[in-house]
Amino acid sequence: MLHINNIEVVYSKMILVLKGMSLEVPEGKIVALLGSNGAGKSTTLKSISGLLAGDGGELTKGSITYHGEEISGFSPDQIVQKGIFQSMEGRRVFKHLTVEENLIAGAHTRKDRNHLKHDMERVYHYFPKLKTLRSRHAGLLSGGEQQMLAIGRGIMAKPKLLLLDEPSLGIAPLLVKEIFQNIKQINKEEGTSILVVEQNANVALSIADYGYIVEDGRSVLEAPVSELMENKEVQEHYLGMSDEGRKNYREVKSYRKKKRWV
Amino acid sequence: MTFFIQMLVSGIVVGSIYALVALGFVLIYKASDALNLANGEFVLIGSYVCLTLITVLKLPFLLAILITLVFSALLGLMVEKMVLRPLLNAPTISVIMATIGLGNLLAGLTHVVWGHQTRMYPQIFPDTPVTFGGVIITPVYLWSFVIVMSLLIAFTVFFKFSKMGIAMRAVADDLQAAASMGISVKKVFAITWAIACVVAAVGGVLLGNINGVNATMSVIGLTVLPVVILGGLDSIAGAIVGGFIIGIAQSMAGGYLDPMVGGGLKDVFPFIIVILILMIKPYGLFGKGGVERV
Repeated sequence: MLHINNIEVVYSKMILVLKGMSLEVPEGKIVALLGSNGAGKSTTLKSISGLLAGDGGELTKGSITYHGEEISGFSPDQIVQKGIFQSMEGRRVFKHLTVEENLIAGAHTRKDRNHLKHDMERVYHYFPKLKTLRSRHAGLLSGGEQQMLAIGRGIMAKPKLLLLDEPSLGIAPLLVKEIFQNIKQINKEEGTSILVVEQNANVALSIADYGYIVEDGRSVLEAPVSELMENKEVQEHYLGMSDEGRKNYREVKSYRKKKRWV
Repeated sequence: MTFFIQMLVSGIVVGSIYALVALGFVLIYKASDALNLANGEFVLIGSYVCLTLITVLKLPFLLAILITLVFSALLGLMVEKMVLRPLLNAPTISVIMATIGLGNLLAGLTHVVWGHQTRMYPQIFPDTPVTFGGVIITPVYLWSFVIVMSLLIAFTVFFKFSKMGIAMRAVADDLQAAASMGISVKKVFAITWAIACVVAAVGGVLLGNINGVNATMSVIGLTVLPVVILGGLDSIAGAIVGGFIIGIAQSMAGGYLDPMVGGGLKDVFPFIIVILILMIKPYGLFGKGGVERV
């Protein structure tokens, strides 16, 4: 349903961040985008959702099509109306609004506002904890609860494609597992396609159908998750597994210097 | 005692108008982190426009005020589009400088159009005073209070429950995140300026009915500054409470202290209170100063 074709993104008219990134999200699937810091994962998401301009970024080449329609250059609110919703990195809940008001804000583009109550119950169905916190200011929630709320806002918008930027960031490991199970559940029950950006490759691949490895502004490896898990390089660099036991940091570093995917 | 209550009543009424004008000020601060130093001129223009409609075009008061509100809303939209939109990603200080320039421009224009004499509103509210147990209240004061209070309640409900109100608060909280919800930030900014201009105009019309209109009315833009700093720049409730406190304090200072020192203290008094309060609560009485997670 979503095709990104060879895009280039430049920040401040100088810094080339994406250098020919391509990817595809099929209908109803979960796609994981893995890679280290600065690889261009978040930038990829922002170029889809139209939030690049707010950061001084610009799409200079390539195309982004959604159901066959070119959507690059659309404003963020047009994109949300098309059915693509991004949950930003670092949760970004509205701190001074209550949980319930945050959810209402998430439903901003919805036309059928009579269903708000019903949809809020949907959110509470996935995240029962939010229900008990509904009238609390979001700024006072724990990191995990804020992440639930951030995803909950996404559900309120009823998107066909949900973009999640590092949902595991700064959250207790136990809770990370729970939240990813919830994401899987949303994908199944609502039929929402999900594109998830993660540094925590283990947990992301545990729910994804398809994975991309991003390095230096382009995708260097793409495969169904089962294949990715078999891949030696991925096992070593992203999943922390190795035949000869754990390598020390110095060796890894020198190895990385030589390594080229393309 | 009657004198005290008399001063209290007039303080409350003037304070309620301060609260209304301060509301516009706070809205703009919340949306764009900038002080709108042209606020006083919005008040002045609103007052002049309504006066002109009544005296020159002989329109009935209600119709005149309605047209004034529409005019002010358009003025707000225009200012946002022409002055603020180009400065969208500019540093806050540039925005503040732009509002100073805008204020001067508007002050100059009003001077050209309406001159410098004080103009009086024709009698609109009945002039037989109402007495409550010895306290005399003129109908202008009573009506001003009623109008302001109903507007303040309406806005509180709007911000708490309406879709646009929540969107406006969301933008004030986190602009980027609000954009990612599909909230049109441009639209929110435009509406913010329109509302700020409209409340300023209502304040102007009411003040004009009480004191008459001349260029010094725009000083209210400055008097409102202590109000919002006292209440907390980012708090709507603070603007309202701060408005009443400053209004009452000013009225008391005018009634009791001015005769002792030979006048003039009334205008300084709000700033004295602000300095005292800020020593104790630097974010104002209701300012957020950031919600901290523990």
